[in-house]
Amino acid sequence: MKIRVERDGLADAVAWVARSLPARPAQPVLGGVLLDAGSGDSDGDTSEALTVSGFDYEVSATVDVPATIADGGRTLVSGRLLADITKALPAQPVEISVDGARATITCGSARFSLPTMPVEDYPQLPSMPQHAGEVPGEVFGEAVAQVAIAAGRDDTLPMLTGVRMEINGDKLTLVATDRFRLAMREFQWKPSGNVDDAAVLVPARTLADAAKSLGTSGATVEVALAATDGLLGLSGAGRRATSRLLDAEFPKYRQLLPSDSTANAIIDVAPLSEAIKRVSLVADRGTQVRLEFSEGGLRLSAGGDDEGTAEEQIPVEFTGEPVTIAFNPGYLADGLAALHTDRAELTFTTPNRPALIKPVGEDGTVHSGYLYLLMPVRLPG
Amino acid sequence: MGRSGDLPRGLVERYKAVDGVWPDDADCPILHVDMDAFYASVEIRDRPELVDRPVIVGGTSNRGVVSAANYVARRYGVRSAMPIARARRLCPNGVYLPPSFDKYQRTSQGVMEIFAEITPLVEPLSLDEAFLDVGGALRRLGVSPGEIGQRIRQQVHARHQITCSVGVAATKFVAKLASGMAKPDGMIVVPAGDVLAFLHPLPVSALWGVGAKSAERLRDAGLERVADIAASPLPRLRRLIGNAAADHLHALATGQDDRAVVPRTPDRSIGAEETFEVDHFDRELIRRELLRLSDKTAITLRRKGLRGRTVSIKVRFSDFTTITRSRTLPVATDGTQEIYRTATALLDEQTPPGAIRLIGVRVEQLGDDEQVQLTLDEPEQGWREADAAADQARAKFGRGVIGPASLLGPAARRSGFTEPKPARPAEGGTRA
Repeated sequence: MKIRVERDGLADAVAWVARSLPARPAQPVLGGVLLDAGSGDSDGDTSEALTVSGFDYEVSATVDVPATIADGGRTLVSGRLLADITKALPAQPVEISVDGARATITCGSARFSLPTMPVEDYPQLPSMPQHAGEVPGEVFGEAVAQVAIAAGRDDTLPMLTGVRMEINGDKLTLVATDRFRLAMREFQWKPSGNVDDAAVLVPARTLADAAKSLGTSGATVEVALAATDGLLGLSGAGRRATSRLLDAEFPKYRQLLPSDSTANAIIDVAPLSEAIKRVSLVADRGTQVRLEFSEGGLRLSAGGDDEGTAEEQIPVEFTGEPVTIAFNPGYLADGLAALHTDRAELTFTTPNRPALIKPVGEDGTVHSGYLYLLMPVRLPG
Repeated sequence: MGRSGDLPRGLVERYKAVDGVWPDDADCPILHVDMDAFYASVEIRDRPELVDRPVIVGGTSNRGVVSAANYVARRYGVRSAMPIARARRLCPNGVYLPPSFDKYQRTSQGVMEIFAEITPLVEPLSLDEAFLDVGGALRRLGVSPGEIGQRIRQQVHARHQITCSVGVAATKFVAKLASGMAKPDGMIVVPAGDVLAFLHPLPVSALWGVGAKSAERLRDAGLERVADIAASPLPRLRRLIGNAAADHLHALATGQDDRAVVPRTPDRSIGAEETFEVDHFDRELIRRELLRLSDKTAITLRRKGLRGRTVSIKVRFSDFTTITRSRTLPVATDGTQEIYRTATALLDEQTPPGAIRLIGVRVEQLGDDEQVQLTLDEPEQGWREADAAADQARAKFGRGVIGPASLLGPAARRSGFTEPKPARPAEGGTRA
């Protein structure tokens, strides 16, 4: 194998692929990136592209980088090392050649010689499943970020570490919950017609990473799905990612969404977020900040005799029964930050029932596409 | 410690506080305060119509034991720890009540607060008794230890409508002995210079650490009174009951007890562990043991009103290499299932294979359970309610009556005694 590629394209591609590699691979080859120059088993015009791939049986990531190929071939080198090297290379064309068990990378006056790993031991990359529909990259990126924030990180509850993706005609619904809060986003997309109704559970961290990198590229994101094979594919801007779906049952969440409320507050997000950050400095181990809503305003307080106390009063448009409710300040701040609007609507029933947070637009109307449901902290007594 | 039956006549009268007069209490900074028939007194406080009736608190099935009996019931011969069935034969007309630990816990907290107002040096021994070192408080309050004792008795009665007894002495051992002899509703002061005169006429069984067996062995050797122990040469005592016990008893019998009142430090972690009789490879069996230990740990957490954020397991292999693995949860827990789930994950994911000799579960980073992050999902609430229901059943019928069903099978043989095995569901044990 002997090729020449642009430094920036290569560095971006390797960095993206290496991101999805496991930190401690179960087998050494799974920590590698596969460099495939025109060996013909990827798509179409292989003669002009270097395909960079990574796969650990859970997640795959593949990017095509324009390349001049003198000799085709495939090689496997350490992903971390290659990412570190390409990031540090000067802005000049990069030549990669493989001779026997060593790969040589030359760029300007720098030259690296790396050991390669046996390509034969590398697993077959999954092929892209059936195209299910598409959505503008930034819409998808924002939606996933808004929802993934509420996903659980505790692997002992696998069904909570995923984002549930529901396809319903031209409506796409994303939901995640870690039992303490639940985030849900619904939006329109362009279905391909191949997949009618489906509901799958995608590992949240993988989805968030992929959606973020595909979203910032500005391209359209194509979603591909093989629900029966347990595989999701995302592609856009020359990047393709697949993820194994979680084989676990997501909680029946629709019944958790409150249908009525006894109080309603409209509030500016930035002053509230800042006040939470300040007041929770004295919250014992960040456990709770108390919010007292009344028509006179919102009083935030935290702390106690041992750790000191803090309080702050901010204006609020409030209607309904005055309510005192406590939240984990981190969870509350997460929800407010995920709204992506300047104002928020908070609705309540009782201090031990969940509060519903929704974005409020410039025109003062509540956006219906997103909600963040947050369970309070029980107040003593 | 009500061993008053065997006391020499006149001893109690000599030291008892009567009409605001008691013996010299200088150099007597240690108080032992003990509620009188605590559970029964709390029940009678809430149902005053029972005051003149025999009241027995305990497991109400016939398999239960007496937790507390008021003094009326004691006249029928009913004693603590006696099987309920026997109590019913002795006292068929008694009022038998199931214990309500929440109530006792609340009252106990209230009583402990009274102590805390006097001195930070409070060492609770259980819900209903504590040692206080009032040495430092005397100057601040400008009163004597006896006055503090009386003030405590008056405050406990005024705020909680129950009575307690107080022992005032120079050492913990004598103070505890004194409170037992002051019962009910009394106070005994043993002057520092009178300790030996007070101790020596007492039966050997009054000494801390002398059970029925040792008492019998000592009696066979002609040692019946504390004075006999004090007069006996140490080597002889050692031959009779062993070195450690002999040294201990001899010190007590000669009035030496230099143990300080140690305020209880808050628990830093709570856990349970188990050494098997034979080493086990079988992970299924180990997992079942983890469930039992998780349940035990969670029960203790809930009883103490604590929750912890970090769950750890300890594994000792047959070659005695020992590892601990831990995981921190997003939110503190006291739930059996959550602790078990985390412990099993640590076993499955982070514990190398091998024959296991000892397994343990521990919950750390403890905090009180007043501020609880509530959860959205029903199943978790389901477990929470199941835990609460199980706790209530245990409070009523004893520890063995309820536990996870998967523990009902044959358990691993354990080497040491830790607690009763999960018993068969008691016949009729689900009904009071």
